Amino acid sequence: MQRSQVLDLYFVDARSKLIDIAAFLDRAERAEGADDYRLRAFREALSALAAQGGGANRAERVLLAFSDPTSAPVEQADGKAATGAWRGEGK
Amino acid sequence: MRYIEPHAHMVSRTTDDYLAMVLAGCQAVCEPAFWAGFDRHSAEGFRDYFAQLTEHEPKRAAKYLLPHYSWLCLNPKEAEDLALAGEVLALIPEFLDRPGVLGIGEIGLNRNSRNEVAIFERHVDLAARHNQLILIHTPHLEDKHKGTRLIIDILKNDPRIDPGRVLIDHVEEHTVDRVLEAGFWAGITLYPESKCTPPRAVDILERHAGGNVWMNSACDWGHSDPLAVPKACFEMRKRGHTAAEIDQIVFQNPVRFLSQSPHFVAPV
Repeated sequence: MQRSQVLDLYFVDARSKLIDIAAFLDRAERAEGADDYRLRAFREALSALAAQGGGANRAERVLLAFSDPTSAPVEQADGKAATGAWRGEGK
Repeated sequence: MRYIEPHAHMVSRTTDDYLAMVLAGCQAVCEPAFWAGFDRHSAEGFRDYFAQLTEHEPKRAAKYLLPHYSWLCLNPKEAEDLALAGEVLALIPEFLDRPGVLGIGEIGLNRNSRNEVAIFERHVDLAARHNQLILIHTPHLEDKHKGTRLIIDILKNDPRIDPGRVLIDHVEEHTVDRVLEAGFWAGITLYPESKCTPPRAVDILERHAGGNVWMNSACDWGHSDPLAVPKACFEMRKRGHTAAEIDQIVFQNPVRFLSQSPHFVAPV
């Protein structure tokens, strides 16, 4: 596809999602309390969006920013549900 | 348009969904065993569930002229109770010769725990001993990348496992390369929030043209869409993919993988 076709198909939708992200960050920062591991991972993932060039693989880099980078199985599952971001070693 | 829904938890859906799928062009539906949303407390509960998958649900689907197939296993979410898992593994062979049973699945990992790994390895051994196809569930969200690495390492270390007879499901941008490069089939799951949206799924397909890939809805009792596959086909059409290219992904690829099971009958 031509870049103009990609923009015709997806620009307005992506713009809407970007504003949702901005509003989410504003909302989180207006709220009382400290950041936790999820917001820290989110900020790291945002930096992947700023990567430039056709080989930037932004989607992959964003996913990796939220991922557990370790290799060994954990001793026991701490519940059935993932939370969306890695808590860190031993947490 | 014709398509196969290779991963749908239809016991959790209404018959309205069967009708909608058939009207959208669905030619067959495949249902892996999964977690009911609560832990079962006895192997007999699993026996009833396997009977539901292999006896009752095919009859329900047949009312909508839809062939129904199933995969059998204990879901990794229920792998922490090793004693119960052992009992369930022992009864699975009773069901493997039933018509419509495609293999062992969806097995895999959930939180990447030691017990999950142990039960995954026992499922892989069961599949190898009974020459069954394998359908793999990769973990959610932050656990997916690590879980996919663990799963591939285990499978590659078992010389009895032919990667061409294993489909690793729920791939995303950070796991698809590793799966395909190791020779496994890859499944892209279309979910409204987690996993892939149709535009991301088509991005992956375009970057891996000609790969051993299929798409599925994995619709269940949660936020999911039984028409996700035809909606992804519409996304492909919007980008200019031909009818033949779409047919390859959503019909011919599933037929090619599933036909490795003697129980699968390719739709005419």
